[in-house]
Amino acid sequence: MANHQRELKAKIHITLKNGILDPQGKTIQHGLEMLGFTGIREIRAGKLIEIFFDGLSREQAQQAAENACKKLLANPVIENYDFEIIKVNKE
Amino acid sequence: MEQWIAGVMDFWTAEQGESSKTPTIHQPNDPILQNLDMRFGVIVFPGSNCEHDCYYTLKYVVHQQVRFVWHKEREVSEFDAIILPGGFSYGDYLRTGAIARFSPVMEAVIKFARRGGVVVGICNGFQILCEAGLLPGALGRNAGVRFVAKSVYLKVENANTLFTKSCADQVLKMPLAHGDGNYYADAGTLQQLREQNRILFRYCTNAGEITSAANPNGAVDNIAGIMNETGNVMGLMPHPERACEAVLASNHGLQIFQSIVASA
Repeated sequence: MANHQRELKAKIHITLKNGILDPQGKTIQHGLEMLGFTGIREIRAGKLIEIFFDGLSREQAQQAAENACKKLLANPVIENYDFEIIKVNKE
Repeated sequence: MEQWIAGVMDFWTAEQGESSKTPTIHQPNDPILQNLDMRFGVIVFPGSNCEHDCYYTLKYVVHQQVRFVWHKEREVSEFDAIILPGGFSYGDYLRTGAIARFSPVMEAVIKFARRGGVVVGICNGFQILCEAGLLPGALGRNAGVRFVAKSVYLKVENANTLFTKSCADQVLKMPLAHGDGNYYADAGTLQQLREQNRILFRYCTNAGEITSAANPNGAVDNIAGIMNETGNVMGLMPHPERACEAVLASNHGLQIFQSIVASA
């Protein structure tokens, strides 16, 4: 496959910090327990955000994702973020 | 019609008995409000939905100058005070207030606030002020997950501010309506808020007791409203603009707007 058909994607996970109440996670947990699932200690719900880059190097993509998280995607008062940069086929 | 209004007023007077400490409402001809002509700007974001309530209240009940300010405007220096109204700016996407915070007008609002201009964020406006860093902390999903819409009682914790000066020692009744009003700040920030008397309103019972049953959204310390360090920026989750006339079942919200006008 030619190199230009592969592009980079940032797969960003945003989660509530430890200790921050997650009512959505709790509700999901109740739902699963009602369905008979056992052995669940806790459920935390978060967000998945994908950024599909166009023509950026791995380093540039890394930097862009970091800046996006800091500036807008995560609220540092209540949220943590982490991301991975992966190669995807360009459609 | 007059009879009907009188009836409503009677009903209201009876209703007011609910609250243990009845606020003083200044009539429009009260000297405290005379000859004052503040210019209010009500910011309108895509998805704001309380801007008309704010406009109406400021213009026709509090008798001040007011103009809507579209979020694409870049200058607010003509105003004495800015209101960020409630609603669902940008559909609450990502987080409440997260996108609105980067609207063109917000740069001007932040400058205005840093110069000491009066800024009030109500509900979604409070969320935007937290996102913009003009107020500390954040507003998360209600502890009960559900959207809450009801009347609440607020204990005025500090009446020595330009937002609350006519609310000393009072319990105010006003409506709230939100899905994300669960105020959170870390321990250090909370300590600072307490020490600097920056917690202005806390959810309470009609007798003014702070109880967990009176907390509608799980907010830490029952916090409903706070102000910034310099005392010119306030955010609160309940809606004072929806509680400014007797026909609205409470006019306690008027106290907040009257405090602002009397402080001008």
